[in-house]
Amino acid sequence: MLEIKNLHVTVEDKPILKGIDLTIAPGEVHAIMGPNGSGKSTLAYIMTGREGYEVTEGEILYKGQDLLELEPEERAAEGLFLAFQYPVEIPGVTNTTFLKEAVNAVRKHRGEPELDAMQFIKLVRQKTKELGIPDEMLKRAVNAGFSGGEKKRNEVLQMALLDPSLAVLDETDSGLDIDALKTVADGVNALRSPARSMLVITHYQRLLDYIVPDHVHVLAQGRIARSGGKELALELEQNGYAEYKEAAA
Amino acid sequence: MTRDNTVSETAASFAERFGALPATLPEGEPGWLRNLREDGLARFQALGLPTPKLEAWKYTNLRPLEKTGFAPGLPEDGTVSIDWVPSLVKDRPAKHRLVFVNGRLRPDYSGLGDLPAGITLEPLATTLAQDPGLLESDLGRIGRAEDQAMLALNSAFMEDGFVLRVGTGVALQDPIEVVFIGGLNDQPQTYHPRNLILLDDNSQVTLIECHVGLGQGSYLSNGATEVRVGQGATLRHVKVQAEAETGFHLNTTHVEVARDATYDCFGLSAGGQLARNEIAVRLNGTGAHCQLGGAYMVRGQQHCDNTTVIEHIAPQASSREVFKGVLDDKARAVFQGRIVVHRDAQQTDGHQLSKALLLSDGAEIDAKPELEIYADDVKCSHGATAGELDHDALFYLRARGIPEPAARRLLIQAFLAEALEEIEAEEIRTALTEKIEDWLTKAERSRGNSQGGAV
Repeated sequence: MLEIKNLHVTVEDKPILKGIDLTIAPGEVHAIMGPNGSGKSTLAYIMTGREGYEVTEGEILYKGQDLLELEPEERAAEGLFLAFQYPVEIPGVTNTTFLKEAVNAVRKHRGEPELDAMQFIKLVRQKTKELGIPDEMLKRAVNAGFSGGEKKRNEVLQMALLDPSLAVLDETDSGLDIDALKTVADGVNALRSPARSMLVITHYQRLLDYIVPDHVHVLAQGRIARSGGKELALELEQNGYAEYKEAAA
Repeated sequence: MTRDNTVSETAASFAERFGALPATLPEGEPGWLRNLREDGLARFQALGLPTPKLEAWKYTNLRPLEKTGFAPGLPEDGTVSIDWVPSLVKDRPAKHRLVFVNGRLRPDYSGLGDLPAGITLEPLATTLAQDPGLLESDLGRIGRAEDQAMLALNSAFMEDGFVLRVGTGVALQDPIEVVFIGGLNDQPQTYHPRNLILLDDNSQVTLIECHVGLGQGSYLSNGATEVRVGQGATLRHVKVQAEAETGFHLNTTHVEVARDATYDCFGLSAGGQLARNEIAVRLNGTGAHCQLGGAYMVRGQQHCDNTTVIEHIAPQASSREVFKGVLDDKARAVFQGRIVVHRDAQQTDGHQLSKALLLSDGAEIDAKPELEIYADDVKCSHGATAGELDHDALFYLRARGIPEPAARRLLIQAFLAEALEEIEAEEIRTALTEKIEDWLTKAERSRGNSQGGAV
């Protein structure tokens, strides 16, 4: 599904990622944990194609193709999905319009017929029902005035509609209280399947109580300092990141 | 003939032609009208074409007009054949409609439908011919030429336009539409539509004005409209400016608003190589309300100027202005918004907002909000912003699979939507939204072409 090889990334000429190797097989859920400033979000953005990040060395292969050659919209259409840490508010564009544009753009790319208004409403209603999302969220402008929990649930709804093969969840737990966290995690878990891989990026272990990963990696100082099973997350919860900071310094 | 140095060639050439003009006017033009014309001409000769040296014209230069050398229109210019008449609501012309081609009435495309008693819509030339005294107290009185050269020029050379009169307590649901078509002649042309809208007390009407260029000829439409909104009356005034790329559009609207009356105006401006919409509103009566909304879209070398003056003369009046524009390529826009609160206009509530979205580094907006407040108990605010598309929003949309052109389009539409929200009538709002979509499609196409051409 995903193969990251010796990835080096700079932001404004400052090295942030210094040689990442990571392989994710179909259906696997990987967690990347690390202290602030370790390069977690940079990894998410370089994968999705945000401007301002430069790859100086290494490559990312996604489904066997060079991911870095693709525009952000092509990556999305090819089944890569980023759940944003800070979903962007877009006043003036209703959620329905946005979701319909996105779903049809992706369908078009995949050679599937576009959905008309009725077909789309039917699909979106089915997804909101499954995820327990109130329909009124569809009528509002994209994320505008949404609470932290609503924004993250909207991300999960988008993920459900776009049906990605690889979902990258960037600090999905940030800004959520425990109830909201559970709701969002339930939504994510409902989307787990043998065909869908996930990369869960988080600072705290608590999210991984709800979205249980197959593999855990510790990112520190731009490198993967350690990899292990889900028990590694618990160890970090007890000991913190101190040893990784010192080791790297 | 001696020429004052400050008088441009154009002014002089208009002046020379004026000598021949009375012969073409209808027989028996009343003295007051002759005085209005002569006064207009004298003022225009004295003032000349406005130049950027004048504060009110600092950002809009009319020099291209002088170079073009326009000739006044001839009666036969109005009879050129046209294939179709545009309408605000696509394929659904208003029941009550007047159509002017090159400034002249086209009875073959006009139709008044069954206007209810108490409403009169007729061409200015007809009113002046049939009832010469009727307009004496309004025409040239609501909008006084004084230091306004283009209005003075209009007064001197006006030939036709529309007169809409609505009697006390009369309300019309269906909108009235007036369409001005230009750009159909090979020779550069000028015409000066003159309109009067007179609403008696407690009446209500919606008027849609469409200015459309159908050909590729060079022309100047120098229009002037005078509006009186009587006590408790409401005028909804929608103006669509879609002149040809070869056209110049100058328009002056003067409005008097009485006690508890509302003047609600929305202008969509997308055409012309140079356009200026100037609106001056006087809130004369207690509780009067004025709403000025505008959306403009310019690209290439287009220039669009929205200049407004709202005078709060009576107390407890309110005004609200929202102008939003999208600029691409090397286009330029101007927003000048002046709010004057007179000494007696206590408890004035005035708000003004200008926002511009710049899609290219070469585009430019000059925004000049001005508040002049002489009363002490008032609530006034203004804001002016200019910015580019939100990069984060653009990335968010693209990260969901929406290709960049479609993502840009969504964001531009969302930006303009805020201005359109002010329009209550859904059919009109939808029609204007479609106009915006058409413009975006054309802009995308030309963007694609120019990029293709560079390769």
